[in-house]
Amino acid sequence: MALGTEGDAELQDLYREVLLDYFRSGARKGKCDPADLRAHGINPVCGDELEITAELKDGTVAKLRYAGHGCVISQASAAMMAEALEGVDIPKAKALVAAFKKLMLENGAVSDLPPELEPLASLEGVRKFPLRVKCATLGWNTILQGFEANKP
Amino acid sequence: MSAFNAAKLRADFPIMKRLVRGKPLAYLDNAATTQKPRQVIQSLVDFYEKHNANVHRGVHTLSEESTGMAEATRTKLAVFVGAPKPETLIFTRNATESINLVAHAWGRKFLKAGDMVLSTEMEHHSNLVPWQLLAAERGIKLKFVPVEPDGTLDLAKVKALLAESPKLFTFTALSNAIGTVNPVAELIKLGRAAGATIHVDACQWAPHRPIDLKTWGADFVSFSAHKMLGPTGVGVLWGREELLAAMDPFLGGGDMISRVTLEKSSWNELPYKFEAGTPNFADQVAFGPALDYLTSVGLENISAHEHALAAKARAILEAEGITILGPQDSAKRSGVVSFNVPGVHPHDVGTTFDLEGVAVRVGHHCCQPLMNKLQCGGTVRASFYLYNDESDLESFARALKRTLEFFKVKPKAGVL
Repeated sequence: MALGTEGDAELQDLYREVLLDYFRSGARKGKCDPADLRAHGINPVCGDELEITAELKDGTVAKLRYAGHGCVISQASAAMMAEALEGVDIPKAKALVAAFKKLMLENGAVSDLPPELEPLASLEGVRKFPLRVKCATLGWNTILQGFEANKP
Repeated sequence: MSAFNAAKLRADFPIMKRLVRGKPLAYLDNAATTQKPRQVIQSLVDFYEKHNANVHRGVHTLSEESTGMAEATRTKLAVFVGAPKPETLIFTRNATESINLVAHAWGRKFLKAGDMVLSTEMEHHSNLVPWQLLAAERGIKLKFVPVEPDGTLDLAKVKALLAESPKLFTFTALSNAIGTVNPVAELIKLGRAAGATIHVDACQWAPHRPIDLKTWGADFVSFSAHKMLGPTGVGVLWGREELLAAMDPFLGGGDMISRVTLEKSSWNELPYKFEAGTPNFADQVAFGPALDYLTSVGLENISAHEHALAAKARAILEAEGITILGPQDSAKRSGVVSFNVPGVHPHDVGTTFDLEGVAVRVGHHCCQPLMNKLQCGGTVRASFYLYNDESDLESFARALKRTLEFFKVKPKAGVL
């Protein structure tokens, strides 16, 4: 059976072009060294590990990097997170994490996303795959742990 | 040997009519759990509708019936695995609990600091973590037979490690993650010759290949009903009678005692000494028809059928240039096909397969040390069983093609 357009549309809805671009670009992939914040996250479903490192300056996330091996969803989500949180102060960064988790975990509306998180709307399709939501939130939960451990 | 007809067998499994994401279900996750035939499902309904009462307690009719029905499964199981006596088969919640039972009730009594436990690098976490816990508690040494690059064990290395006189040799009969069939009889023989007590994790063996406990000559064997058409919540531990008799109980409570005073208690006879509390008797009852089903189809037929399907699945993958993990020698392989699509994470493969109605397992398969050894974070695993047929292979091939096209990978062209 040849692939129909319906099939492609189905995969494209999950793996939107924006996501694949972030996944392939490798932007902000790597580690901050030295780092002011370092957190390690594991997705127990697949065993994928993600390391988040950041440089903090005057209460602001100056530089944010993600490292590790993972699926398109977890890697692209971490890359978009790194982009969105750079240059943002920590309380605001936490608010953005909360806004993203609301989208993924509480079926929040895409229109409610703060402008900084606009590219994250591309993860909307992941919500149809509940087990994959853990992939999408891995980086975000990891940086939250980092913020907790880094409390002044 | 009666003719094997997968399509006819498939009709006994109501779930096979299900659509998944609009496509017919192709259930290829049998190493995780198998589907249930109508006979098993119906026996659960019958039991709850007609016979339900707690076992070993009342003198009333229902209690007598439920006790008899639950014990009939034990008797049937004894025949199925060639156990010398039904009471040497203990029902647990799952195989993990069976192994923990051995670690607690045998290990804590008979292993002391400095003793060695030998296992392998291909174990499921369930046959690793209980020993790690015991090692941490009692100062026991754990050693592992390495896995060769082709996913097998080297018997020379087994012998060298056995020469260090381990007190226990605990290994899987068949790898859940990559499908290696271990030479169980040979490993048991070598272990016994070295004076070790032997535990075999037969979770992946029991659903597919005959076990003859008398011929095997192991000391403990564990497996699980849900991987062999039976209901969830029923694990099995077989133990050599004299070992079971010498062991202390695992859990304390009702059913496992013979006499209780406020100061102390004495233990019930086998197997009840190890079955504390109300057992999962309804599911034990429903395990009976699962055993009947397997017996009537014949384990050799099942094994041959899934072996043929797995070989075809390998051919589909190899035609696309995809490498399969585990032994190249087909005789050393089970109905498990574990692979990676180069450049595509197993999760992304799994989701794409799901969109074609194909259920495969992705990830580390509860074998992280093995995945590390084989230098992959995880794999995609298709595992076959008696109700799978050509239609499942067609879905599998379609799903693979879709994955390669969508993620634009061409392993055949050597693009990694």
